[in-house]
Parts: sequence; structure tokens; C-alpha cells
Amino acid sequence: MNTTARKAFISTLPVMTGYLVLGFGFGILVKANGFATFVAPLMSLVIYAGSMQYVAVGLLTGGASMITLALTTLMVNARHLFYGVSMLDKYKRIGKSKPYLIFALTDETYSLLCTENPDIAPKERKKYYILVTLFDHIYWVLGTVLGSVFGALVTFNSQGIDFVLTALFITIFVEQWLTAKKHASAILGVAISVICLVIFGSQSFLIPSMFLILISLCLYKEVGENE
Amino acid sequence: MNDRYTVFAIAVIALVTAALRFLPFVIFSGAKKTPRIVEKLGRFLPAAVMGMLVVYCLKDVSFAHTADYLPALASALIVALLHVWKRNTLISILGGTLCYMMAVQFLF
Repeated sequence: MNTTARKAFISTLPVMTGYLVLGFGFGILVKANGFATFVAPLMSLVIYAGSMQYVAVGLLTGGASMITLALTTLMVNARHLFYGVSMLDKYKRIGKSKPYLIFALTDETYSLLCTENPDIAPKERKKYYILVTLFDHIYWVLGTVLGSVFGALVTFNSQGIDFVLTALFITIFVEQWLTAKKHASAILGVAISVICLVIFGSQSFLIPSMFLILISLCLYKEVGENE
Repeated sequence: MNDRYTVFAIAVIALVTAALRFLPFVIFSGAKKTPRIVEKLGRFLPAAVMGMLVVYCLKDVSFAHTADYLPALASALIVALLHVWKRNTLISILGGTLCYMMAVQFLF
């Protein structure tokens, strides 16, 4: 394996664990709801948005209207607007693979690519972005296929293994904290989210949090600029 | 299950998801320079968003009983401390996840 592929593979290992497990669970869930075997892998391939896929199972089982589906997707996945904004410059001159990199920009892929990996030389960055994105997508689809096909056979107690994604986000948060000079935006992100969680509840705090984070970061910068 | 409904529904979800992912790139595309405010947002957002995602992952932790919140919060703290100590992503993630799994399966 050449070195860029190796580095990409190693940095995606935590996502691999999380995606194989969550994809597997998703495959089992869809099958358990009586859908055809092709449904879960198709969703993982073309939607490729974990939390929305889990939400969609309930909606599809209940026969939700297309309008309901579209609006729910809009709400659950609105945070992806955020990710694009921070990847604009990175992906500006990336070439032919750009549509795929944008299509497959999940929370986890974003978390791996939003800050520059110090082990990656500038000239191998493009290849690294593509491989990380592709590997993550493969893990997700592979986990789903395995869950759809073999789900019923598994018996090991995996309770609590979903914590792997929480741990991934905490690790990245701490890593960013240790490398950043200023911590205002990290503190703002946590503080606003916690306040919104208390006020709006766990089902609907994400949108107000994003809105307030955007506004406060805009204001924060204007103050900085005037100094 | 009605396969036609299912496939159509998947297409709708896929299109809306892709639209959200492509929108920022479509709005700020072309030779035009990215507006300064957006460029700065791009620099400051990652830290804030990662903080938000951490809160999002822990959003269903209940504070009614010690057994509800102790495994998640203690494991989260262990992840953070392991990372400050070793700066090794795999060690931090594996250590924290194993703690959490053992806590919810055997202790509580």
C-alpha cells in the first residue's frame, strides 16, 4: 500500500469501527421492519447520511408523504450546510473528484478533513481527501450490506459500542483545542449547544444552535476586525 | 412493502441531502472570491461545530439517576484526558469506548 493510502486508512480507522457497527445496525433495523434486502444498502449508497437514514426507517414504515420526507431531511441534515462553508477553499481547485467529495461529506468525513493533518504533505492532500472520503463511504455501505445479510446471526453483546462516534468527536474537539491559539469558537459552540439543549430539548435544539453559532461567530469576528 | 414507494422516497431523501451538501459550493462558486465573512466562518466553524456535535452525541443523557449519566460523562472525560496525555486518536477512542461498554454492560 503506498504511503498516502496508508495514512488515509490509518486516520479513517475510528470511522471504520463506527461506520461498520452503525451500518450493521442500520441493515438489521431495515430488514426487521420488513423491507426488501436491497433497501438498506441502496440507502447507504445514495443517501449516505447516518442519522437521517435511521430516522427514515420509521417514516418509510409509516408511509410518510414525500413532503414530510423532504422537510424532515431538511431539518435533520441542515448541519451539512455548515460543513460546505468550511470546505470551500480546500475543495476549490480539487478537480474532477469535487462532486463526489461534496456528495460524500458526512459528519465523520468532515471531522477528519476539516483540520489539516500534519502528516500530509501539501502535494498529497488531494489524494488524501479523496481516499478518506471513499474509505468512509465503503465502510458505511459494507457495514449495511453485512447487517442486511447476516444481521440475524449475530449474538455478541455490542451494547454501548455506539459510543465510538461520541469518542471520535471528543478526540477531534480536544485535538483542535490543543492546536488552536484561540478557544473562543470552541467554547461558543459547546456553550450555545448546551443552552439550546436545555431550552429546546434534545429533539429540536440543533437548528437554533446552528443559527446562534453562525450569528455569534459573525459578530465575534466583526469585533475582532475593528481592533 | 411497496417497493416503488420506497425507491421514490429514498430518491427524495437522497436529493434533499445532496442539495444541502452542494448548496454552499453552488452559492460561492466561480472565479468570484469567497466573501471574507464566509472565509472566516470557514476557519472558525470547525471548532464550534465539533463542540456542537459532542453535545449532540450526549444529548439523550439523562440526569435523573447517577446510573444514567455517569457512564457517558465519565467515559467522555476519559477520552479527553487520554487524548491530552497521549495525543493518539486510536488510544483515546478505544479506551473511552471500552470503558463505556463495560460500564453499561457490567456496572449499571
